[in-house]
Amino acid sequence: MGALTDLTIAEARDGLAAKQFSAREMTEAYIAAMAAARPLNAFLVETPERALVMAAASDARIARGAALPMEGMPLAIKDLFCTEGVLTTAGSRILERFMPPYESTVTAKLWQAGAVMLGKVNMDEFAMGSSTVTCAHGPVESPWRRPGDNRPLVPGGSSGGSAAAVAARAAIAATGTDTGGSIRQPASFCGIVGLKPTYGRCSRWGIVAFASSLDQAGPMTRSVRDAAIMLKAMAGHDPKDSTSAPQPVPDFEAALTGDIRGLRIGIPREYRLDGMPGEIEALWQRGIEWIKDAGAKPVEISLKLTKYALPAYYIIAPAEASSNLARYDGVRFGLRVPGQSLDEMYENTRAAGFGAEVRRRILIGTYVLSAGYYDAYYLKAQRLRTLIARDFAAAFERCDALLTPTAPSAAFAIGEKQDDPIAMYLNDVFTVPVNLAGLPGLSVPAGLSRDGLPLGLQVIGRAFDEATVLRVGGIIERAAAFTAKPAFPAGGG
Amino acid sequence: MAEIIQGRTGAWEAVIGLEIHAQIISRAKLFSGAATTFGAEPNTQVSTVDAAFPGMLPVINRHCVEQAVKTGLGLNAEINLVSVFDRKNYFYADLPPGYQISQYSRPIVGKGKLVLDMPDGSSREIGITRLHLEQDAGKSLHDQHPTLTYVDLNRAGVALMEIVSEPDLRSAEEAGAYIRKLRSILRYLGTCDGNMEEGSLRCDCNVSVRRPGGALGTRCEIKNVNSIRFVMQAIEHEARRQIELIEEGGTVEQETRLFDAAKGVTRPMRFKEQAHDYRYFPDPDLLPLTLDQDWVEALRRALPELPDAKKARFIADYKLSPYDAGVLVGEQASADYFETVAKGRDPKLAANWVMVELYGVLNRLSLGIERSPVSAEALGGLVDLILDGTISGRLAKDVFAAMVETGKGAAAIVEERGLKQVTDSGAIEGVIDSVLAAQADKVAEYRAGKEKLFGFFIGQVMKATQGKANPALLNDLLRKKLAG
Repeated sequence: MGALTDLTIAEARDGLAAKQFSAREMTEAYIAAMAAARPLNAFLVETPERALVMAAASDARIARGAALPMEGMPLAIKDLFCTEGVLTTAGSRILERFMPPYESTVTAKLWQAGAVMLGKVNMDEFAMGSSTVTCAHGPVESPWRRPGDNRPLVPGGSSGGSAAAVAARAAIAATGTDTGGSIRQPASFCGIVGLKPTYGRCSRWGIVAFASSLDQAGPMTRSVRDAAIMLKAMAGHDPKDSTSAPQPVPDFEAALTGDIRGLRIGIPREYRLDGMPGEIEALWQRGIEWIKDAGAKPVEISLKLTKYALPAYYIIAPAEASSNLARYDGVRFGLRVPGQSLDEMYENTRAAGFGAEVRRRILIGTYVLSAGYYDAYYLKAQRLRTLIARDFAAAFERCDALLTPTAPSAAFAIGEKQDDPIAMYLNDVFTVPVNLAGLPGLSVPAGLSRDGLPLGLQVIGRAFDEATVLRVGGIIERAAAFTAKPAFPAGGG
Repeated sequence: MAEIIQGRTGAWEAVIGLEIHAQIISRAKLFSGAATTFGAEPNTQVSTVDAAFPGMLPVINRHCVEQAVKTGLGLNAEINLVSVFDRKNYFYADLPPGYQISQYSRPIVGKGKLVLDMPDGSSREIGITRLHLEQDAGKSLHDQHPTLTYVDLNRAGVALMEIVSEPDLRSAEEAGAYIRKLRSILRYLGTCDGNMEEGSLRCDCNVSVRRPGGALGTRCEIKNVNSIRFVMQAIEHEARRQIELIEEGGTVEQETRLFDAAKGVTRPMRFKEQAHDYRYFPDPDLLPLTLDQDWVEALRRALPELPDAKKARFIADYKLSPYDAGVLVGEQASADYFETVAKGRDPKLAANWVMVELYGVLNRLSLGIERSPVSAEALGGLVDLILDGTISGRLAKDVFAAMVETGKGAAAIVEERGLKQVTDSGAIEGVIDSVLAAQADKVAEYRAGKEKLFGFFIGQVMKATQGKANPALLNDLLRKKLAG
């Protein structure tokens, strides 16, 4: 057995059950790894004392044979999840001192399942970004480097701190949230597994809202099995979130049969973009071969409205955000910068509290909802959204899951694309349509770029059919046999 | 019906529509579990949802939906089985999320109607455009500190029904009658207490003027008027202001105005206060509200008898005039009071006693009928004594006054004070004889043709019997004696 921090959740679960090590030992190993990973700027808040108390409780339960599904698993929590009594900033200055008096439903469920909280991890401000560069607390560095090139790379975003922490072995897994690709794209960039569940699968209660109709929490792990285990602990109907679905939560791990014989896997023609790097295309082709080898049948399908997904998304998400972020006004919590009048206090507070990307999206969102523009932008985007969802529904009459690349490129260097928002937005071209349709999407590490950086493939499924998505993902994972490790911590690949 | 206002250049009429904000009777708020008790210490009834903390989400209160549907049914309105909550975005310190959750394009209740009972006994139908659910904002207190504004969020998130009328009203009186009638229906339904002083019923008035029957004029909206009297004054003033403006060659600008109760005038709101673009869009935190038709029908079946039906029944069953019936059904408590008094007795007599004597006392003491010093059963006892001839109607008023004063029953007071009516004809005859004997010259005048002296003799006999002589019997016997 290697280092404790190299184990997956499934492996650690077995090790704990076999008393090979204690939860305390594993947590201590992660506390040390978390401290060692500080140069990455992934963790905003470390909660080692809390972690040790939780680990002790885990050991007590293990000792009396009452181990829970996530027993003793040290997790990094994206700073978008409100954690009771632990600073929660959403990566923003405007919440720089916000201490929630409540615990989000998803994290509460994880603690109830025995998991251990290591700390809060960095993210793009209010989850707006694809690089984890737009945070008030400085950018997160990916643990990966291009071989022979020491320039720091982005971990992707917005759940970049989560992805970096998991890839750097500073957490066994992490929570992420995904509004347009914020779990899957950083998972792809960092060589880990990221699952965005069906909209409504996990409660949004206690998660700082970005775009309410798109936001969804999900697991970021080092294996598909881990994603299955962790999703089960996170998911479930919550009466406190009217949009959470009253759907039973199946045993996702049991769905990992390794058998996808006879499944029809859709390959959407429109995802073959002009100018897409050849290595992405090649990776996708390999993926198709893998599922064919496993006895599934690739089916070429068409998602005609794919090209409208990004524009529709960049109207709907900012529109909702402009309204969701109105509450950060300096009146009740968070930052307040005084002014001579109420309006001036708003202006001063919000100018000082929000970064450039958040301000940009608030302006866009306010504009598209304004009198005279609503019909041309917001309403049209909503209609497109309906049609895009119908496109997917039609595709799922002909297939059981879809296979696509996760992102159109590997990770880029910190600073690249920073002054070109459109290039940045293109990162999410394959992930955004899935959010618009509310479907589950999974990114699985499938290979390395020519530069030696991870690339992911995406499996998209029917609403509430994460089981099939995970099962197909498991096949990709096994066939890809992705064993590359990041440069950080030292000693990695 | 339409009231004509005489201007310098001819006749005008006012066209009025009202938007009423009615606070729903509910223990919890529209989207949170926080309490709603009026007058609690500031910021003691605020949940993290009401204060719009990060990550908090609204969950619809089923009871409030039920109250809105009941109100819709009470207004004979269409119930929309699917309705949508929208966000109305604007910044204000007492609006924590920066938006109000309301219903914009798809309200829970559609078109309905309300019947106005006019003082002359006639009635008139007023269209209801819609009723929608929305949240109230908190309260800004500007008078607690020289330079700071305090915010009380107790009211933030409390459930309101906005009830919008068609522009069918034509005078301040009709507007007043509309609010009274609406309030009466809300109270019957138990969906709003209608208390304007506590702000649970607030009114925005849309007023325009036109030549009678002519094209509609430009309207002005008078915001947040908080009593029926002020609504009527505000409309009166606003209509006259617009007429004067037009007659002087000006034009009415569409604008929002406020009513200054101290001066009795309306004045424009500052420009900034009305220059809102609310950027309405469907609230993504809430699914469309869908109702089950059977559930709506069950609510319909369980509705109480409402004022219009009760009024019709009072007219049919008790043979009351439309006016009397209208007054009695105005409040459920007075209708119930009347029915208790009328049960098994003469309804007209009962109505008279309730509306004249009882209301007189309640007005004098500024009491609601729920706190009447004389119970309906006790008043019924008094009416019984009149009907069985124990006391005369005239004496009954004294007995009633004593009941109000002492809280004792009618029979006990009659007994105690020896007020029982004399119905023994022998005894009355005796008194008549002695009166006629003492007034021999008046008797002669009467017999010579001065017949109006009859009342004088009645008075003399009543005086001698301390009013206890049975009036009908006395009348009869006196006439015989004088003829005799």
